[in-house]
Amino acid sequence: MRRSTLIAAVILAVLVVWPFVVPAYTRGLMIQTLILAIFAMSLDVQLGYTGLPSLGHAAYFGAAGFTAALLILHVTTNFWPILAACLGVAALGAALFGLLALQTTGAYFLMITLALAQVLWGLAFKWRSFTGGEDGLPGVSRPDLKLPISLWNDTTFYFFVLITFLISTALLLLLVRSPFGQALKGVRENALRMRALGYNVWLFKYLGFIIAGVFAGVAGMLFVFYNGHVSASDLSITMSGRVLLMVILGGTGTLVGPIFGSFAIVFLENEISSQIERWPIVMGAIYIAVVLFAPQGVIGLLKSWSARWGRA
Amino acid sequence: MAYWLTQTFNGLTFGMLLFLLAAGLSLIFGLMRIVNLAHGSFYLLGAYLALTVSQLTGSFLLAVLGAAAVVACLGIVIERLFLRRVQNQELPQVLLTFGFIFVLEDIALWLWGAIPTLLEKPVLFAGSLQIGGIVVPSYRILIVVVGLLIAAALWALQSRTRIGAIIRASVDDEEMARGLGINTPRMFTWMFALGCFLAALGGVMGGALVGMYPGAGFEILVLALVVVIVGGLGSLRGAFIGSLLVGLLDNFGKALFPELSLFTIFAPMAIVLAVKPTGLFGRA
Repeated sequence: MRRSTLIAAVILAVLVVWPFVVPAYTRGLMIQTLILAIFAMSLDVQLGYTGLPSLGHAAYFGAAGFTAALLILHVTTNFWPILAACLGVAALGAALFGLLALQTTGAYFLMITLALAQVLWGLAFKWRSFTGGEDGLPGVSRPDLKLPISLWNDTTFYFFVLITFLISTALLLLLVRSPFGQALKGVRENALRMRALGYNVWLFKYLGFIIAGVFAGVAGMLFVFYNGHVSASDLSITMSGRVLLMVILGGTGTLVGPIFGSFAIVFLENEISSQIERWPIVMGAIYIAVVLFAPQGVIGLLKSWSARWGRA
Repeated sequence: MAYWLTQTFNGLTFGMLLFLLAAGLSLIFGLMRIVNLAHGSFYLLGAYLALTVSQLTGSFLLAVLGAAAVVACLGIVIERLFLRRVQNQELPQVLLTFGFIFVLEDIALWLWGAIPTLLEKPVLFAGSLQIGGIVVPSYRILIVVVGLLIAAALWALQSRTRIGAIIRASVDDEEMARGLGINTPRMFTWMFALGCFLAALGGVMGGALVGMYPGAGFEILVLALVVVIVGGLGSLRGAFIGSLLVGLLDNFGKALFPELSLFTIFAPMAIVLAVKPTGLFGRA
């Protein structure tokens, strides 16, 4: 326990110093990492803790993103109502999709979450007059916090994202360690036994699904603030697959793992795409390699190594 | 009236094309419980390979056979070397096939470039016919015929042959089938290859109808997934009827509500799911 606190403190210190010591470009990569880490952690609550694998998690990410963009472009730049609307849209979307998806399990659940996310993608992609279609909606300005700081300052924006990331992490950690979180794990491990113990298994799955959607919405909103732009690709299967890879690469059911996964994927993608022309082949190979060689994720590998050393 | 007839016919032909993909997808899922996201990439690869073969030999038939055979072999390799290692694990299987999408589509982009191309139609089917007041391209008739032949062949294979009996037994209870001395792993490989063969065949047929371009494989994969979800995973009849439904919905959606055209496919799918989560003909 003390060692993990120490590691967390070191990482936090690095994150605080980061924007002052690296170039603007690398600072941008870390902003992306932190935003996508919230996204990946939200999926981990659903996949790792509740045992519901989703191929359509980008639905809530993108829906909140479009909500934020449309509000800023047409209605208001005040951050607080935008936040409320994004959380609301993500929660509503997850509540609706969850009703349909939770009728099934296993491979069906994967396909249905994929298909439902494609419903939104289809709308965003084709409904040009409203969503901008393939080009998306450009020129989204950063919101006004109604505080004496401006998010147009990139360092301020970095800390705004960092603080949101820390709050989200803390809330999710509290959640998974609470009795509610323990019940989610129970549902994942043995739904039948949980039912026999008197738990409403469906309700726990449903709540886990919605909570995951809400935090995905937080990430989607931040992502639009950062990019100044939203498009159908934010809702796409590529995005859903990417976040799934982050969770698996880091290690499911750990919350810390997905943070690392996000960091690894963002920086790897950037590095590979700037070095190699045929970078999708390399990215594809990474998916395949992770599945074959690190199915338990980096956290899983570390655990098995430390267990081996412990024995020696 | 002629407009509606033409649209309906176009929808049905596209549905037949979708059936070639959906049948393989459904077969692979029904048997091996694998959601093969790379299925669309096999389709696109088949189309591009046919382009190369037909440029070399000038024969459409050789292009069909060559492309489908190569893709089937590729399927065998992927099943043996990769999917076999994560048997019965849904999530790893899906991620694995997702990775292959990146690899295969980028290889296609590398070898054949990004410019949209259309496969040349066989000379015999390049013209069109006048049937009942509407003009029907004879290539679309060929697609319908091929689709019906494949459907009949698959149905006969499944319900009239020894192999079909083995397949049905393995779907119902794989462990028991193995216990009775059936080499299920080998059969899985062959069925995966058959699915890839059908996807590539669909690619060749579609290559001369809708053409090839980067991302085309994924586009049609999503439609094929809708087909098997609506029809019921693992059901041949479901794949057939689902294909025709989605083909019609796609065509009329594009013609009548261009801005909502994908929505006209996905919304009915969501409704089917809500009412019957296993699809119209699927078993739980």
